[in-house]
Order: sequence, then C-alpha cells, then structure tokens
Amino acid sequence: MKVFLLYPDRDFDPSQPLPPQAADLTQDLGLDVLFSAMSKGDAFLLDVSRRVLFLGSDQPQVILYRQEILKDCLAHPEVVQSLYNIPLEFLERKRKEWLWISPRHAGPGSILSGAQHMLEVSLELLRKLRKLADEHAATFASPGFRRFFSMIQQELDDAYLDTVEKHVQALRFPKGVLLRARLGRGNEGTGYMLCKPNEPEGWIKRLLSERSPVYTFSLHPRDDHGARVLEELRNRGLARVANAAAQAAAHIESFFHVLRWELSFYLGCLNLYEQLTQLGESLTFPQIAPPGEPRFSSTGLYDPSLALTMKRKVVENDLAADGKTLIVITGPNQGGKTTFLRSVGLAQLMMQAGMFVPATSFSAGLAAGVFTHFAREEDKKLESGKFEEELKRMSLLIDHLKPGSLLLLNESFSSTNEREGSEIAREVVSALLEAGVKIFYVTHLYEFAHQLWQQQAQNVLFLRAERMPDRRRTFKIREGAPLETSYGADVYARVFKMN
Amino acid sequence: MEAFLSKGVTKSKMQNAFQRILPFPEDVSQPASQPPAFFSDLNLDQLIEAIPASRQEYNLKPFFWTPLRDAELVRYRQEVMQDLEHEATMRCVKAFAERMSTVRRYLGLIEKLDFDDHKKGWYLEAALVYGEAVTTLARDLAQLPLASRGLLAFRAWVQEYAASQAFQAFFAEAQQVKRALSELEYCVIIEIGKFRVKRYEGETDYSIEIEKTFERFQQGDVDSYLVKFPESSGMSHIEAQILQAVAQLYPEPFQALTQFCTRYPSFLDATLLAFDREIQFYLAYLDFIAPFRQEGLPFCYPQVSTVEKTEWVRDGFDLVLAHRVQAPQRVVLNDFSLQPGERILVVTGPNQGGKTTFARMFAQLHYLASLGCPIPGREAHLFLPDQIFTHFQRVETVRSLRSKLEDDLVRIHEMLAQATPNSLFVLNEIFFSTTLQDALFLSKEIMRRLLDLDVIGVWVTFLDELASLGEKTVSMVAMVDPHDPAIRTFQIVRKAADGLAYARSLAYKHRLTYAQIRERIHA
Repeated sequence: MKVFLLYPDRDFDPSQPLPPQAADLTQDLGLDVLFSAMSKGDAFLLDVSRRVLFLGSDQPQVILYRQEILKDCLAHPEVVQSLYNIPLEFLERKRKEWLWISPRHAGPGSILSGAQHMLEVSLELLRKLRKLADEHAATFASPGFRRFFSMIQQELDDAYLDTVEKHVQALRFPKGVLLRARLGRGNEGTGYMLCKPNEPEGWIKRLLSERSPVYTFSLHPRDDHGARVLEELRNRGLARVANAAAQAAAHIESFFHVLRWELSFYLGCLNLYEQLTQLGESLTFPQIAPPGEPRFSSTGLYDPSLALTMKRKVVENDLAADGKTLIVITGPNQGGKTTFLRSVGLAQLMMQAGMFVPATSFSAGLAAGVFTHFAREEDKKLESGKFEEELKRMSLLIDHLKPGSLLLLNESFSSTNEREGSEIAREVVSALLEAGVKIFYVTHLYEFAHQLWQQQAQNVLFLRAERMPDRRRTFKIREGAPLETSYGADVYARVFKMN
Repeated sequence: MEAFLSKGVTKSKMQNAFQRILPFPEDVSQPASQPPAFFSDLNLDQLIEAIPASRQEYNLKPFFWTPLRDAELVRYRQEVMQDLEHEATMRCVKAFAERMSTVRRYLGLIEKLDFDDHKKGWYLEAALVYGEAVTTLARDLAQLPLASRGLLAFRAWVQEYAASQAFQAFFAEAQQVKRALSELEYCVIIEIGKFRVKRYEGETDYSIEIEKTFERFQQGDVDSYLVKFPESSGMSHIEAQILQAVAQLYPEPFQALTQFCTRYPSFLDATLLAFDREIQFYLAYLDFIAPFRQEGLPFCYPQVSTVEKTEWVRDGFDLVLAHRVQAPQRVVLNDFSLQPGERILVVTGPNQGGKTTFARMFAQLHYLASLGCPIPGREAHLFLPDQIFTHFQRVETVRSLRSKLEDDLVRIHEMLAQATPNSLFVLNEIFFSTTLQDALFLSKEIMRRLLDLDVIGVWVTFLDELASLGEKTVSMVAMVDPHDPAIRTFQIVRKAADGLAYARSLAYKHRLTYAQIRERIHA
C-alpha cells in the first residue's frame, strides 16, 4: 500500500536533508511569510510545506502530477479534509489506547502482542478509508488520486480483511508452540522453526502404527532460570511470525503517516490559495518549458510574501525573457528591483514544488536548484573584510551550483570599489554562464553592466526599475539599458527632506 | 591448548627440511622482549603498537622489536613478503589463520562447559575446523605461484603432513560422526511450565503461512522486527535436558561421537602452530600498509647492504604520520641520497616545515628495511646499520641534576662511545639551550667526531653553517610555497635556503577566477 501523492512512483522522503542554500533562500526571498500562510499556525503543516518547497523536483512529469492533484484538491476540499482525518484518528487512538509495537529487544512474544492490538485498530480505519474511496473515487480526475483510490479498493477487499482478522486471533497459540529443531555446532539445538501440529489421526491408525516416544519435562515452580530459557526458545520460534505481524502493523502505520504527510502539503496549498485570492491576487498553474530551452516569461508576476505582509494587492510585472540566460536589472534605489527578484525566485520554487505560481501567466524551464547571493545587512556592518566575506559566500555557492541552476544575485560584489567589483563580476558571471547557470543579477556596477550592454549579446536581457521624471518610483521593472547613476541622490534627498 | 598437541596425528618420520617462516640469526636465541631505546624518538612505538593491534593473540611485538643485520635473512623475509602480496596467497594464508583461531577458540570453550555431550560436540567441531584448515591450506598452496624459499619449503612440508595416513583417518572419522549428528531432527513443544520432546514427524512450517497472509502489507518500507537470536555457545539445564532426550530418541550417533573423542585425545601439530603465529608478522605489516597503498602511497623492497654506505630513497615518507593524518594521500613524499663519500644529511629551514618528520623518516626507513619489510618509498637502496642512536629534544625534568646543555652533551658522549662506523645517528635540534656561538662551536665538534667515526645520519638544525662543513655533509632545506612563505610544502630538498612571498588576489584565494570556476562546476 503506497500513498504516492507527491511522486507517481514513490513517497516523499521527509528525512532527506534540505538543500544547503535553504537558510539563505528563506532569508533572501522572505519565505517565512509564505510558510506561515500555508501552515496557518500548524507546526506539522509548516514543516511539510518547507520541505516540499525546498526539495522541489526538476522532473516535468512529477510537477504535472502534483498540479493535477492540486487541481482535484481545489475542486473537492471537503473530501480531502475527510481523507486527512483518517490518519489523524489513527494517531488519536494510538495515543489513547497505548498502541505500539515493542522494539526488537523486547522479544518476539511482546512484539507479537503489540502488533496484534495495533492491527485490530488499523483494520477498522482501513475499512473506513475503503468506504471513502468507494463513495468518491469517480469524482476525482487526477492520475494521482485515481491510482490512490483504486489501490485502496483492490488491496483492501472484504475477504482479505476477514482473513487477516482471523489470523490475528490464531496467533495467540492456545495449545502450545511446536518447534522443529536440529543439532547444530557443539550439539546445540538450532534452526528452531515454528510448525503446525499434525492433524490428530484416527484411533485405528494410531493403534496400528508404532508409537514414537515422547519425553515430557515439567519445570520446578521456582526454576526462574529454566522459565527464562523456555521463554527464549519460544521466542526463537515466534520470531518470524512476530516479524510478519509487526511489519504489517508498521506498514499500515507508516501508510497513515505518509498519507497525513503528503496531504498536508496540499492542505497548505489550499490555505495559501484561499488567502491570496481573498486579497484579489491571481494564481495560475505554470507552463513547464522543455528542458534545455532557456525560457522565462510571465505576466502579472508579483511577490506573494509582500502581498501577504501588506495585506493588499501589490505591484505586478511582466517579463519576456525567453532565450535569455542572463538578466541584468539596474535602476534607481528603492525602485522595486529586490521585490522583483524575489517574485522570480518564489515563482520558480513554487513551480518546482508543483504549486500554482503568483502570476496571471507563467512559463519557465525547470532549474537544477535555486540559489541566492544577496548583499546582507550584517555584511555591511563588517567593515574589514566584508568583500572577502562576500567572496566566501560566493565560493560556497559554487560548490553547489550545477549546469541548469538558477542564481539570483542581488548587488553582489558591491562591497569593493566599482573597478574591482566589475572585474570580478565579469569573471564570475561569464564563467557561470558558460557552465550553464542561469542568472538574474540586480546590480549597481555600471562598468560591468555597461560593458555587457555594449557587447549586445543575444542571451542577455537588460531590465531597469522605472523612475518617473519627477523622481517618483512606480516599482515597475521594464526593459532598458543600464544607467550610470542609480539615483541614490533621490533617496538621500528624500531622507534628508530636501526639496 | 598445549594439552591438545598431538603425537598421534603428526607423522614423526617426515622427511621435509622446513624450519621456520620467520627466521632470526643464529646469535638471536629469541626475539627481544623490550622495544629498542630509540623507539619513541622515532615514533616507532606508535607504529609497532598499531601494526599488530588486531592480532593480540599472536604476541607479535617481539618480532617487530628485533631488527636484523644480515642482508641474506632480510632478503629471505622480503621473498616471503613478496609471495604474500599475491592476493590469492594472502587469502589462502588468512583463511588458514582464521580457521586456526577458530580451533583455539573452540578448544578453549570446552573448559567452561558443564555437560558431557555438549563438550564432545565442541571437541568434534574443533577437530573438523582443524582438518579443514590443514586440507584447504595444502590444496590451495599447490595452486599458488610461490617463489620464496620460506613458503616453498613450508608448502612441501604441509602437503606431506596433509597426505599422511594418520591425518587422513582422523579427518574422515570426524566428518562421518558429524554427518550422522546433523541429520537428526526433533520437535520441542512449549507450554506454560512444561515442555515435551519427540521425533520430528513431518509437521509443516507455520511461519510461511503467516508471512504469506501478511505479504500485502509488507513492501519493504518498514524496519525489520525480526529478532535475531545469536548462535549462543552455551547450554542451560533445559537445553541439556532436551539434548539428553534427543540422545535417547537417537542413540547410535552419540555412541560414535564418544568413540571419536576417545580415539583422538589430541590433534594439533607443533610446526603448524609455529607457522600460524610467525606468518602473522608478514600479514600484519601488509594489512597495515594496504590502505596507504590504496591511497596511492608508494612502498618498495629496498636493496640492502651491510657494507655499502652509498644509499638513496625516492619518494619516501613517514609511515607514522601517514597513519595519524586524516588524508594519508596528502602526505608529502621526499627523496634523499648519500652519494659516495657523503655521510650526514643536515636539514635546515622554517619551523613546522617537516624537518623532524624527515629525520624520523630517515631512520624509520632503515629500521623497517632491517625487519625485511617493504618500506614507504618508491625505490630504495639502504645500508643496514648495526645500531641506531637518536637524540631528540625532551621535556626538561626538574629532577635532572644536570643542565640541559650538559645533559645533551652527556648523552651524545655516551652514544659516541657505543657507536661503531656502522651505526646510524639522528640528531634533532640539539644545543638549543645555549648561545648561537656556543651551539655552533659544540655542533662543529660533534660533527667532526661523527665524520671521523664515519657513521651515517641526519641532523636537523637551525645552524646553516653546519650544512657546509665539508664534502661528507649534505645540505637539505625544508621548502615553503614560493607564493606565500606562510605555507609549508613539507618538501625537503637538497639545496640552500631561500623563500619568496607573493600576495595572491582574494579571488584566487577563494577559487573564484574564471578558470577556477570553470574547473569547479561540471556537467
């Protein structure tokens, strides 16, 4: 029995480590806001949402698989909630009725009795799950849910559930445990094997056949040691059946856990959907570009974390960057460049998790990981060696970058003078592009940006944050050549209340 | 164990001339019982602790404490070592050793057992493993391309032993008795407070039936709850009662077992036992160096001489250092040579530059060569010294009545008194505790005496002048990175000291130049 609601052929592995850039992504893209909207305060949902988002897929079929399931969830939120309640009920009863499978050191006898109890409760809930499947399977369209429901119906038929219940009772062995054995090394008994006693023979046959001798031994009532030895022999015989029963119980338990885990992701998506649509924002399912084609086009792209924080609809941008592998964003300070960069990163991450994205339309290729290198507040305080600190972080990133990775640079290499910064930016960016890394680069390094502009390369797109002639920022990002000034004076003037 | 030494199974009239696999010179009646005095200075104590660490039962350290000054015996051992480098030969000998170890364990076990049929059972097991050890060894050795005098003679001996009538009869009977016992099958029925024992009468496996039923819920994604019961080597009174009942159900095989034990009260051969221990000397060393070889570090069999003091080593290294560091493949390899007439290597250079390591290596290589072992290096030609003298800085003890300087001088004086022209010296930063002028004067005096005596050696010093005292000394320098004198390369080369500093760009340091990044990101 497999859940398979996040991958068509496997369960999500919650124990896999988050990518090393997870902490930087959280900080740079403002992911905490997104996670808290998805979880609505539920710690379990928060954890699941984080993991699925950070461990997105680079397989188009996986992403489409999740998109279809998510569409089913948006169409039948109540059924999804009822499904989710079954594993919750299992956890509740487990806690109340002290259900657990003893660890191996407790011995097969103890494992067997714990497993028997847990199986009794599980079988009851599985029957409930079967009923839900019977009632609703037909109304779900996604291959993921259709597979899930038909698996439940096929594997948990009534005849099978009855047989299992019968065996769970029989494993109490009212007539003693019969073991077959041989003499091993040193004439010690070995190969203990649990057997079924032969059917009693008719009395005529019994009279005619030679009686084989039976030696009977009784333990002295105070022979504790002897009782323990006998218990161990019994345990040797029971090891395999205890294992079978316990594994069955553990399998069902893990099935419930996985079901809860994977459904949590979709519940998180439903939560996010509800809150963003309430703010009047649009969400769309992204088109996945074929691999190897640098594509990134979107209309109405916005930063959902900003919308959730501001509690209103926020600025949207359109972007047509198909065929581009380097997008250079220049323009005035406080012109919306960082917000734009965040919306790009968030949309990419959400797409690769199989979610809808914050835009009215969106099409992009899948990236081999999303990475950020943002100038940091704390870096700026480190007077000495802050340039070196920046280089160090870049070097760490390069350990993890692969061809096809998406790298978002925000004012990288700006903590040294423009000449040196531009020089290093040029080396780093050209090496990364040649290695197949796709880059969005917000920069004030005019010398670097201007030189690139002059080269007129086909694969580079220049964007600029808009500044109206009256110095007002619209926070819109449009195509445009880099300018020699970032209009820092405007900000200075505003802060010092000049004019 | 000695109690089981056999007279019956060993054929007394064997013709073969095999003596021992690990020979010592005539004048060494038995291996040393103490490590040589210089051991801790050279860190050889750590090495000889580590090499036989997993082979305590063989007591191998005395073998490693006894160097040879006999080129012929060194070559005899080198041959055996080289034979054992063949993987198949190594496997064959190890399999034998493992079986012999099992035999000893089983025989030791019997002493602790209470029930007669149980004891006899383990005695039979020991006999079976011994029989298999001998038979397999004789058979497998026949297939192997042996070339060493030692193993060739041993092979002839063990083949004769294995083919002897006495051994053959012993092993055949053991196998026959075992077969009859292992075919027995019986049932135990366990209830509360009692149990029954009967013959096995075709009852069917119940575990399989249960496993089939639960198969649908078993898809390999959960932990195993299969409790593994170790094959315990012991028997409680309950199990003894069961065994007793089984012996009553099937009396004949148990009578045969008793007869076997009476007929063969002992069976181990003394020559084979000695081989089993001594061959471990070779195995221990080869096993110890195997991981370093895997990391690409070179080892070689040195040409040795007790006459010729001209010597050279290519790509040598300190084996103790390689053993201690996390990444042995990064251990630095160094060359050295003593050309005709040259006697003392004088090593100078920056602190922490690898000078002491180099000095230790120099002596270590000579010592390991004199054991007959392959040494750390790609190619080597070495003199076999009669004695090794070392003088390293020691922590000053308050109790010492003499000053440090005086102490240095007294010790060196003692060494010079014992040394012969065939001795080897390692002097490391002596005369540290006096003025430069004094140190130079004293060093020159000692150097003159060493050169007069004509010993070979290595001298680590901060006095550049010592390096150019004459044709008999060779100057060697610990090198630094030409781009950054703060970085030691641990290379020690034949030359006079120099060093240059270049600032490296920060980007280069963080491996962020164009070329470095292209190198770092692969498809």
